[in-house]
Amino acid sequence: MARHGESRWRIIARTAFPFLVVGIAWEITAHLGVFPRKLFPPLEEVAAAFVRLTASGVLPHHVLDTLVRLLAGFALAAAAGIATGFAMGRSRRAEDVFLPLISIGAPIPGLAYAPLFLLWFGLGNMTAVLLVAFVSAFPIVFNTWTGVKAVKEIWVRSAQAMGADDRRLLHYVILPGALPYVLTGLRLGLAQAWRILVGVEMLAAVSWGLGWMIFGAREFLNTDVMLAGVAVIGAIGLALEKLVFQRLEQYTVVRWGMMS
Amino acid sequence: MTAATKAGMERATSAYRAGLTLLIAAACYEAVARSGVFPSALLPTLPKIASTLWALLLDGTMLEHAGFTMYRVLFGLALAVPVALPLGILMGRFRPVENFFLPLASALMPIPSLAWVPVFILWFGLGNTVAILIVFYAALFPMLLNAWSGVRAVNPLWLRAAGAMGADERALFWKVIIPGTSPFIITGLRQAFLRAWIAVVGAEMLAASDWGLGWVIFDAKEFLNADVMLAALAVIGAIGFLFERLVFGSLERATVMRWGMVRTAKG
Repeated sequence: MARHGESRWRIIARTAFPFLVVGIAWEITAHLGVFPRKLFPPLEEVAAAFVRLTASGVLPHHVLDTLVRLLAGFALAAAAGIATGFAMGRSRRAEDVFLPLISIGAPIPGLAYAPLFLLWFGLGNMTAVLLVAFVSAFPIVFNTWTGVKAVKEIWVRSAQAMGADDRRLLHYVILPGALPYVLTGLRLGLAQAWRILVGVEMLAAVSWGLGWMIFGAREFLNTDVMLAGVAVIGAIGLALEKLVFQRLEQYTVVRWGMMS
Repeated sequence: MTAATKAGMERATSAYRAGLTLLIAAACYEAVARSGVFPSALLPTLPKIASTLWALLLDGTMLEHAGFTMYRVLFGLALAVPVALPLGILMGRFRPVENFFLPLASALMPIPSLAWVPVFILWFGLGNTVAILIVFYAALFPMLLNAWSGVRAVNPLWLRAAGAMGADERALFWKVIIPGTSPFIITGLRQAFLRAWIAVVGAEMLAASDWGLGWVIFDAKEFLNADVMLAALAVIGAIGFLFERLVFGSLERATVMRWGMVRTAKG
């Protein structure tokens, strides 16, 4: 959001200012003792909890387990979703078969499936990963399907006229042409996966994981641990968006000139 | 054969194939359920699910649960709209407001609403308040961001034209900015409802409040009532689908399409 003629320091100051205001308001409320300190800890206690948990290696363990689950589920969803989406975009028959099934499954919120998955696959990792994969596959399928259908007919026909076989057509025309949509789908899928994973970890009673950490801390009224966990969850969500996908987009779509 | 009849026939073939797919999927499910490979408590047959759904609908419990869930969603949305829309519009119109609220919104947005459930339970206790506040939080950001980008996307030419024709700030706001922003606002409402619908189910499961569709599903797990769970899933899906199609579809027709902002009518 850099505007013309604004120095870097001004931008940093402008961005930091609202956080400062909110932080100070939080500190004042916490120190005035309007709410019990156990429930509304001042920021330095939250920071201390964060440092304590990081130093003892508990927090990194939770983060690692959550990330592994996220990646496993998301990788499954991406593989299955892109394959299904491509098949639906290229073949009328596949579209007719899958579209009704997907249209029925999509409007049901992912977490509603959680108890069913718990019954079928038991408590623990398996349920969490499968549910994340299942839920995040929907936006990936939808967007891949749209993307393949949005590839210009002229490109396909001119490639065929120039003698491209099916494999080349897929590799050089359809895949790059559909990529902006596929990336949008992956991005939405990852965001979905992240939202669901936190909830699933609370429900599936996994022994490690950020969702479980904040849900478990409730039992002991450890509000500082919970708020530190929420902050870490937010930071990871932001990092996934900014570092992973914006980079990926720059390397592929923008470089191929599909998007500016 | 004219193009119209050809398109009509294609649609008929698609509908026929879609029906066939669903029929085959149902038959496969039924065959697996009846084969006894999995215990019937975990994988009930379709007639059993249908009769459970029917019984729950008849004795009114399902309707009551659905009513509680709807109440929470609508209450939360009703709280979120008067906060998010004016704030989003102000952010789009005035730089200082944007400078203050945009960083805060971007920092809070990546936190999934369910992560707040344990914190809110501690602060507000189990029950309705938590569910409503979670809905509020989930619905806030899609609406805020859409209103903000909608105002920024209003064609500056329209603003200048209206100004040249002597519109004051109030007329400009009601006659130009609001209609111009409305496609974005409706998209925001739609996304907000979807988010809220997801969040309320999760919040009901975690905040254990005795009533609500999320609670039905979660509670049924304890008693291995997979038929109740699947029946509740069907109800949740049906309500979400109805809202998406009927409420937002007609809202769009009544406002945006009549004003000529969106030309293509989809679905």
